[in-house]
Amino acid sequence: MSGIIAQNILDNSGLIKAPAGGGAWNFIKKLTASASSDLSFVDGTSDVVLDSTYKEYLFTFNNIHPSNDGVGFLFNLSEDTGSSYAVTKMSTWFQAYHGESDAYVGGGGVAYNASYDLAQGTGTQYLSNNAGNGNDESGSGYLKLFGLSSTTFVKHWISNMNTYYFQDYLQNDFTAGYGNTTSAVDAVQFSMTAGNIDAGDICLYGLTT
Amino acid sequence: MTGIIAQNVGRTSGLIKSAGGGGGVWTKIKTLTASADSTLDFIDGTSDVVLDSTYPIYVFKFINIHLATDNGEWGINFTTDGTNFNVTKTTAYWYANHKEDDSGTALDYSTSRDLAQGTALQQLGADVGADNDQSTSGELMLFNPSSTTFVKHFIANTNYAHADDYSIDLYVGGYANTTSAITGARFSAVSGNIDAGTIKLYGIGDS
Repeated sequence: MSGIIAQNILDNSGLIKAPAGGGAWNFIKKLTASASSDLSFVDGTSDVVLDSTYKEYLFTFNNIHPSNDGVGFLFNLSEDTGSSYAVTKMSTWFQAYHGESDAYVGGGGVAYNASYDLAQGTGTQYLSNNAGNGNDESGSGYLKLFGLSSTTFVKHWISNMNTYYFQDYLQNDFTAGYGNTTSAVDAVQFSMTAGNIDAGDICLYGLTT
Repeated sequence: MTGIIAQNVGRTSGLIKSAGGGGGVWTKIKTLTASADSTLDFIDGTSDVVLDSTYPIYVFKFINIHLATDNGEWGINFTTDGTNFNVTKTTAYWYANHKEDDSGTALDYSTSRDLAQGTALQQLGADVGADNDQSTSGELMLFNPSSTTFVKHFIANTNYAHADDYSIDLYVGGYANTTSAITGARFSAVSGNIDAGTIKLYGIGDS
């Protein structure tokens, strides 16, 4: 490449050459919590894209800080552009954990937790549980969603969320599952089990394929 | 957007408008290639490394990290001052394994590889093989290292060839338990050196 195209690589303005062969993550939207009861990403609203433009979407969570102590961080899916969030879901949920005091919670471990999975449930899906709300406590991680616009297949997700547990131990939570619907999913909502999302950023990216 | 710019969004050729605010996608910051190195350091402001508030999330990619010593360990530590790599960390460490001759599989947590407010290196591979064809590959995500409010979360997943010929699928989650900004990361072997391999640092923008 040469000229204006080469000069603009990594710049924040101007024209650049589209990536050869695709495969690039494209930033779509950032929402910053401020004592927010929920944070919603709705296709076609506020520059959000959640349709067939991308086959894979990535949400990143940066320092999600709850207002309440010992609460879960949740998400749900919508197939009616956010009018309702009640898509039927199947999921698994397991976590690794380790206390700041090595003797706490058995010195650490990894286990499946049936309290946080869903079996054809329409309620919210836990991304993490029992997050602390101390000033330095938060959760960070990601959620990947695949093929949201499909009207043939279920909608798979994979998530890994690191959380500062309210009793001072590390929890690394994994959930995976699928929205058991052949309707297109066009909105995603995040919330806490109680109180609000006091602070933190959620970013949405789409993967060019 | 309109015209040629809008038409080319999501395409693999042609011209597109660059994203506002510095790209907002994965930006390669630095590549270090090991050659019998005792340490590989990524320190903000040194040798073109950026590890500050420029990006909210950083990703280290490990490609074929080959240790000099068989049955060796390697891993990561952090610094808040660019000199001392001894940040307090609490972590969890678990793995799935499968032996090449199909004689063994497991899913285990290792209480000897995690840290409870420890300041030592966090292992990203243990009992790693050093045969010519054995190595470790994977990635580590580091969240908001510049924060002076929150602890610094990180999550890692590597796959490596164990010295006893297992495939190990390793997961590490943890936080650097400090409200000081993390300004650097050091990769090193517990014994011997990092004989070969590549570590790449990327920044993920949020605009």
